[in-house]
Amino acid sequence: MTVTTLVSYDDAVAQFDPVLGLEVHVELNTVSKMFCGCSTEFGAEPNTQVCPVCLGLPGALPVANESAVEAAIRIGLALNCSIAEWCRFARKNYFYPDMPKNFQTSQYDEPIAFDGWTEVELDGETYRIEIERAHMEEDTGKSLHVGGATGRIHGAERSLLDYNRAGVPLIEIVTKPIEGTGAKAPEVARAYVTHLRELMAALGVSDVRMEQGSLRCDANVSLRPDAQSEYGLRTETKNVNSLRSVERALRYEICRQATVLADGGRVTQETRHWHEDTGVTTPGRSKEEAEDYRYFPEPDLVPIAPSREWVDELRATLPEPPAVRRARLQEAWGFSDLEMRDAAGAGALPLIEATVEAGAAPQAARKWWSGELARRAHADGVELAELSITPAEVAQIQAMIDAGRLNDKLARQVIDGVLADEGSPDEVVTARGLEVVSDDAALGAAVDQAIADNPDVADKIRSGKVAAAGALIGVVMKQMRGQADAARVRELILERLGQ
Amino acid sequence: MNELITRSAAELAELLAAGEVSSVEVTQAHLDRIAAVDGAVHAFLQVDAEGALRTAADVDARRAAGETLAPLAGIPIAVKDVLATKGIPTTCGSKILEGWVPPYDATVVKRLKEAGLPILGKTNMDEFAMGSSTEHSAYGPTRNPWDLDRIPGGSGGGSAAAVAGYLAPLAIGTDTGGSIRQPSAVTGTIGVKPTYGGVSRYGLIALASSLDQAGPVTRTILDAALLHETIAGHDPCDSTSIDAPVPPVLEAVRNADLSGLRVGVVTELRGEGYQPGIEARFDDALKLLTSAGAEIVEVSCPHFVYGLATYYLILPSEASSNLAKFDAMRYGLRVLPDGISEPTAEQVMAATREAGFGPEVKRRIILGTYALSSGYWDAYYGSAQKVRTLIRRDFDAAYEKVDVLVSPTAPTTAFPIGAKVDDPLAMYLNDIATIPASLAGMPGLSLPSGLADEDGLPAGIQVLAPAMADDRLYRVAAALESMLLEQWGGPLLSQAPELEVAR
Repeated sequence: MTVTTLVSYDDAVAQFDPVLGLEVHVELNTVSKMFCGCSTEFGAEPNTQVCPVCLGLPGALPVANESAVEAAIRIGLALNCSIAEWCRFARKNYFYPDMPKNFQTSQYDEPIAFDGWTEVELDGETYRIEIERAHMEEDTGKSLHVGGATGRIHGAERSLLDYNRAGVPLIEIVTKPIEGTGAKAPEVARAYVTHLRELMAALGVSDVRMEQGSLRCDANVSLRPDAQSEYGLRTETKNVNSLRSVERALRYEICRQATVLADGGRVTQETRHWHEDTGVTTPGRSKEEAEDYRYFPEPDLVPIAPSREWVDELRATLPEPPAVRRARLQEAWGFSDLEMRDAAGAGALPLIEATVEAGAAPQAARKWWSGELARRAHADGVELAELSITPAEVAQIQAMIDAGRLNDKLARQVIDGVLADEGSPDEVVTARGLEVVSDDAALGAAVDQAIADNPDVADKIRSGKVAAAGALIGVVMKQMRGQADAARVRELILERLGQ
Repeated sequence: MNELITRSAAELAELLAAGEVSSVEVTQAHLDRIAAVDGAVHAFLQVDAEGALRTAADVDARRAAGETLAPLAGIPIAVKDVLATKGIPTTCGSKILEGWVPPYDATVVKRLKEAGLPILGKTNMDEFAMGSSTEHSAYGPTRNPWDLDRIPGGSGGGSAAAVAGYLAPLAIGTDTGGSIRQPSAVTGTIGVKPTYGGVSRYGLIALASSLDQAGPVTRTILDAALLHETIAGHDPCDSTSIDAPVPPVLEAVRNADLSGLRVGVVTELRGEGYQPGIEARFDDALKLLTSAGAEIVEVSCPHFVYGLATYYLILPSEASSNLAKFDAMRYGLRVLPDGISEPTAEQVMAATREAGFGPEVKRRIILGTYALSSGYWDAYYGSAQKVRTLIRRDFDAAYEKVDVLVSPTAPTTAFPIGAKVDDPLAMYLNDIATIPASLAGMPGLSLPSGLADEDGLPAGIQVLAPAMADDRLYRVAAALESMLLEQWGGPLLSQAPELEVAR
């Protein structure tokens, strides 16, 4: 591969107009698989959640899971789609060892939901994303390549197959081309996936854990000279398995394509793979090897014809739309637009909501989740919701602060303990001896000592320079190893120095 | 010849109920017959003597204990090797499945077991049910008990030969375009393809999902009805199974009155290409039907002439996809390619499929892959589906005028082994009369109409009816059967030559 310097992102989007297309796979959290009764639970021993149907044994036949169809319809409705009065499954034929039947039962030209839209907010602007379709399909098994350096098939000594995931229901949500986002394209894409994740969580249809693959995104992008021109040739980047990657991979692809085009070259229409570690995409299947999937209606399944009554019933079960919900919460919590956007961007809204429900003041809950905890999640490269601290525990810690038992600094240490799985906040406080010393006699002695040791500072304060008290507070806090209520220390100092 | 093996299932059921004979005796008599003649006939790919006798003994014990048993309890049966049988190897007549032992039972097999029928074994067939002669079995051809140098029809030649040669009183066949009816016609037996969806396909290893249907192969219409009622009915494991009561086929056999019945003769299913002796027996049968009070009406179904072409686009298309699962990854044959030290999964798949599939299977996979490929889809698969609808409409129009349709089952009697095996188109023509009902998902039944004058071999007449009107088939067939038996002075099969018994 020739190494070329990529055009900078700013130059790329100054010269070209990006057009996006996003395909998001949502793994449903139904109890059983799409076409058989096997469990869908994540993380079981390999090949323990299989049967003749999902193993593709000769003679076995699929039966569609009604809960999955229901979830598909609810997703379609939440995305303002039309729900097909009659639709069918289709076979997508291609050979791959982790696909038991060597065809995937999917939907082709007759999806269950189509022609929808949804709105995504970014930096105070609303972007309307048109939805082409949402269709049902089954997941494949997993290949594990052993013995190679990369864990990929190339260079591996052997491959192991786990069919537990084979047949798990998926909904694929496909957007129409997303235009007019300009330089914001990667951020809009990220905001859209974040929005879908929130929406699926609110619908309760999926665990939406990107790191476990229950939400997966394939990102298509093409560049054109300006918004009036025809679409350019696009690439489809796969393996984009975190929100951050969605944005990074698209930024990279925009720069890469701009470099090719600026050089007078042609973008190759192809599938590319995103490499989280190196931050680049590399070519996957080329056009010459492109598969002809030979779709045809699945003869082993009967058409699905959801009655209008059923669709209406399901419509009535839809949760509050995320935008409406955000507006309601902002009003209730009294957050500024900026505070609200930060909290939403960090995926903190449901956590703040739960923390408030557990008794914390909204601003206090926001401060923890959008601040300290968001930083820690980012540093660990995990989603906020995956931190091993619950909203209830955050509310408990805040309650101890409110009661004067902890100060901010001690509270952070309690969080350290909870995150390190040392127990509940109370247990951490006890085990680490973190409680604030509120005994005035002990504090008073420390204050007197500090005044005696720092006569110059004490004089300044006596003469009215109250701000100098900070230096003495620091000395006392150090003496008390941080386990003091700084406000009380300040009171005692000023009291003693006649202020 | 042990007298027990020439009895019908209904007669055996009476003997069993009366305690005059045990299921173990009946089952053993058939196992003995298999041991004696199957070396020559080769109807079976697997014989499960131990399992069959175990079931027989169990049924005998339950009967002795006074338990109420299903009508066919204790009567042994042969099952086409295309149905999954737990613990008994199932090959579909293919090398690619050699040694595969299913971990589950097909629904049909489950129902046979629940009804207490000892399973004698698995019968030979054209590989993956692709053929009309059983010559395409990877395990060698089955021979016709009427003439061991001739084919027993196909793909279910094993089931038909087993019943015709008294190796089993009953058998299960499967019919995709005629694989139950045509073998029955050329072996002088009875074969029924029920309405599509009438019998569960769960565990029936698919050739063409939208066409496959399992059904009875027997020596009498009454036996067929008894077996039909045993295996039919809704199955939640098969989405295409019809959730409605089984048509009253047994009742139809018992009240087989033809007066006022309108019988349509399909213009397009006779004439050129049909052997004179077959047509003569067919015309004789029409006269009998008339004499019994039926009204014979000539009916034209203009799109039937496209039936064969339509079938040979839809079937290979579905088959190419259904047979993709045989890839050496999870079960069955696994062949490593020559000269490659570290083959990829794709190379192993290719080498296995090259070695494991026979030429007819490969031909149809290639045909189907082509018919479904982008650029050809509309011209082939798409058009075929449209013609399929037209054929269904021809049936609908015909059934506005008549209650049933009739035609010769197959255009010829059994031909010599080897005569057509290298001429696929000639082979495909065997199913010209049976294919239209398969495409329309409608039921059909074949029964012997007599022996063709020119070669003295069995000819068959086919009765067709609208979907879920399977009882009409039985009504017509039972009436015709009783008139023919009277004319012949006994079963047609009693005119077949005795098979030489191996020592």
